[in-house]
Amino acid sequence: MFIGKVLGNVVSSVKSKKLEGLKLMLVKQTDINGNPTGKPMVAIDSVDSGEGDRVLVLKEGGSAKIVIKRDKLPINLVIVGVVDTVDIDGWNRGEKTS
Amino acid sequence: MILGRVCGNLVSSCKWETLKGHKLLMVEPVDEELKPIGPPFIAVDTVGAGEDEIVLVVESREATHAFDEPNTPTDMGIIGIIDEIKCGAAVIKIM
Repeated sequence: MFIGKVLGNVVSSVKSKKLEGLKLMLVKQTDINGNPTGKPMVAIDSVDSGEGDRVLVLKEGGSAKIVIKRDKLPINLVIVGVVDTVDIDGWNRGEKTS
Repeated sequence: MILGRVCGNLVSSCKWETLKGHKLLMVEPVDEELKPIGPPFIAVDTVGAGEDEIVLVVESREATHAFDEPNTPTDMGIIGIIDEIKCGAAVIKIM
């Protein structure tokens, strides 16, 4: 799992039938200070997260299946929580984002 | 899952049985502003994507779940064609 920042969302009308009804969010992994870094990725939202939120992201397909409750899903990135606060080395690294 | 731009296709006449009948496309990974961010890779198409389209690509083992045939050997599958990317105030519509 990693902490990500939601940059926005993605709309796709022509997609695999197995993806119907799922919300696609654009996320970037954050560094230790909470700044987005690296390549953007597309994750399925399961907790109604929104743009600008810091989120907990699962990067594994087996657990994605448990969260979305469908079999044989072609997805491997799922948002499973909205992060309120993070403490690193005793320092609070994040205020609630929404 | 990542975003990519279809930049070409690949023809292979001698391929694994369960890959037959599937389109192999060359996809260049892109960021939220559609700028290329890495070397292109080959993905198996499941949605009828064409050249220059922005697509949603699933990586690793889960790519095989995009196919009805469970034993399709692939680690990159195209599972959607992107119409729009909303990122902050910027909205990129793809025609």
